[in-house]
Amino acid sequence: MWRSHSRGRLFLNPLRRCLAGVAFAGALAVVDAAAETAPLRIVATTEDLAALAREVGGDRVSVVALASGRQDPHQVDPKPSFISALSGADLLIVVGRELEVAWLPVLQTGSRNGKVQVGGSGYLDASIGVKILEIPTGQVTRAMGDVHAQGNPHYWLDPANGRIIARSIRDKLTQLVPADRAYFDQRYADFDERLAAAEHHWDAALAPYRGAKLVTYHRSWPNFMERWGLEVIGYVEPKPGIPAPPSHIIQLVEEMKRHGARLIVVEPYWSLRTPASIASRAGAEVLVLAPSVGAAAGVTDYIQLFEYNVTHLVEALRATTDR
Amino acid sequence: MTRVPFCLGVLLVLLTAGVPSPAAAQAPPVAPPAAPPVVSPVVSPAVSPQDVQRVRDELDRLRREFDALRRAYDERLIALEQRLAQFGGGPSAPVAPSAPPAPSAPAAPADPAPQAAAGTSKVFNPDISVNGNFLAAAGRNPFATLGPLQLSEVEAAFQAAVDPYARADFYFAIGHEGIEVEEGFITFTSLPSNFQLKAGKMRAQFGKMNTLHTHSLPSADRPLVTGNLVGGDEGLADAGLSLSRLVNNPWVFLELTGEVYAGQSEVFQSTHRSRLAYVGRARAYKDLTESTNIDIGTSAAFGPATVDLPEPLISAPGAPTLQAVGMDKRLIGIDATFRYRPLERAIYQRLNVRAELIWSRQEMPTTPAERAFGMYVNGEYQFARRWYIGARADRSGRVTEADAIDTGASVFLTFWPTEFSQVRGQFRHIRFAEGVRANEFLFQFNFSIGAHGAHVF
Repeated sequence: MWRSHSRGRLFLNPLRRCLAGVAFAGALAVVDAAAETAPLRIVATTEDLAALAREVGGDRVSVVALASGRQDPHQVDPKPSFISALSGADLLIVVGRELEVAWLPVLQTGSRNGKVQVGGSGYLDASIGVKILEIPTGQVTRAMGDVHAQGNPHYWLDPANGRIIARSIRDKLTQLVPADRAYFDQRYADFDERLAAAEHHWDAALAPYRGAKLVTYHRSWPNFMERWGLEVIGYVEPKPGIPAPPSHIIQLVEEMKRHGARLIVVEPYWSLRTPASIASRAGAEVLVLAPSVGAAAGVTDYIQLFEYNVTHLVEALRATTDR
Repeated sequence: MTRVPFCLGVLLVLLTAGVPSPAAAQAPPVAPPAAPPVVSPVVSPAVSPQDVQRVRDELDRLRREFDALRRAYDERLIALEQRLAQFGGGPSAPVAPSAPPAPSAPAAPADPAPQAAAGTSKVFNPDISVNGNFLAAAGRNPFATLGPLQLSEVEAAFQAAVDPYARADFYFAIGHEGIEVEEGFITFTSLPSNFQLKAGKMRAQFGKMNTLHTHSLPSADRPLVTGNLVGGDEGLADAGLSLSRLVNNPWVFLELTGEVYAGQSEVFQSTHRSRLAYVGRARAYKDLTESTNIDIGTSAAFGPATVDLPEPLISAPGAPTLQAVGMDKRLIGIDATFRYRPLERAIYQRLNVRAELIWSRQEMPTTPAERAFGMYVNGEYQFARRWYIGARADRSGRVTEADAIDTGASVFLTFWPTEFSQVRGQFRHIRFAEGVRANEFLFQFNFSIGAHGAHVF
């Protein structure tokens, strides 16, 4: 008696079974529809990559950056809140070239998200295909400081590389959401056009200062300086990641005087004490530039990043050179 | 006596809480061929100097892109030749490296494979690192186990992805007792429903201190409570399985972990295959501001332990110590960490304050269960780019002598020349339950070479 009753409940009659089937299919369809209309969730390790992803992805994507533009991208804490962001991501965009080696792998493992693992369907290394400088040749050891064996990772500071990154993002987005190909193509073309126009203007602004000599704190600017023909004659750091001893400071001051370099470019996350002391001895100026989107007020997108840096650099060069 | 292990409950919750949703399997669609950039510089009849500059810039850009293309092709060619050579044929008919790029030539290939020429076995080598911990001790401690100078531990780590679904981490500790597998486990990184499974020998997720390797400790030693209640330097590390789940919610980062171990550690000693040790942990984390965060966890461990019988039972002096096996042991822990690190000054300033409270309950063969309590509070402040100062307060009973309370205090100063080496001095004062006092100075050199994976935050 009890058994038959139970069977009657468990195994539905044909009509109920049909209804249940329809309801289930309906629920699935709702889930599917939700999945289709929900924007693709992108996590970028830096604000620069996030800005480029926004340019190309528009309203079809939601973008989160892990490292703030105001912090040193080498020195990021692998906070569990980043794991939460990564666990739901459809796409992870990384700078690569070992920039995030100290903090990203542990986040990827913690995310439990197969898509964002190296080689996963939602993993994009933005450094593929861009122009990379300072790839060390010969043996690489830590005696050389915190050197990046795969080349200088600050490559986004050349708009030509920014264009290539945007193109990689467009291709990846198209691969993930083929239906939106035309949208991404159009967004990319629009960005490309705006960037080209801006580049023209930046080239003109910096043209008078080709060959000007300056000093930077860290090796963050080789792509930027090469692009506009500015010559970096020395660094505040004697080796990447190593603070300057007094002997290096004395040597650097002499070099600056000899070359007539009267500008020290510093990232906002360094203490200004050492650069200021060098500048006062060498008769130079300290200029804080924005190495990333978000590093200064008003630097809210990739084009603004160069707009800010070019404007301030031109001002400083005008004041410190006789051109 | 409640025999139902708390952790089993955690495991159950873990397993039932998951609403398994099939992982959205995405068949990799064929990447659309990226058309090469086509630029046709239009030369107007009246050519102005700006136009000339523009064309020149455009040419420069094209040249750069062409160079990138050629580099990519050269690398591919080298890789192919190496692969051919591996098949025993040696390089086949030379391919002109300056062949015109095919239309599908991607300046930004959709394939995320690294640009380095693959094909040699070396590229699959794991990240290898070796860490040395040199320790010197001076001062008076009647219970001292440290010599005046020692290379107290060498740790060798090997870490790499196993395949697209898992990674493996091996840590070998080489010390006075020879070489030992400190940890060696596989982690399945892409299970559905935010689960993660680890299998192998590992440090159990019991509190914070137990998960840390010697070289990542904030001080030269471990707190008293670790030595008294949680297995000392080796800690609660055992062969077992660890299943954890991320519980995504809009408020906090929440991770639940359930683990089962063989019961062959410094903390648990099982004599029967059917008697295992269980560990459960819940960890919550929240960013208070962009510079401050709080991390709170609670852990529990349960399993069989071997207990030395109290002395009065031993009849003759010098007779072998008698032991009672399979005595239930339970550990409950609460840990809290507050961190401050201002984003713009992350290189120069940070503060970590951590407290851990541990309650131990050990079943005894002839007397009522011993209930011991231990705790520590540790603070560490970075006041300059390479300098940290810290202090720790200790208090702990002992597993089988809950009323024997040891207390201690330490201050330490650490100099980090780079993130790969550190020099530390520590003054340690301990007042043992026996009434004996120890005042010691510890000096530590900690150094590592090679590629060591990032540590869990």
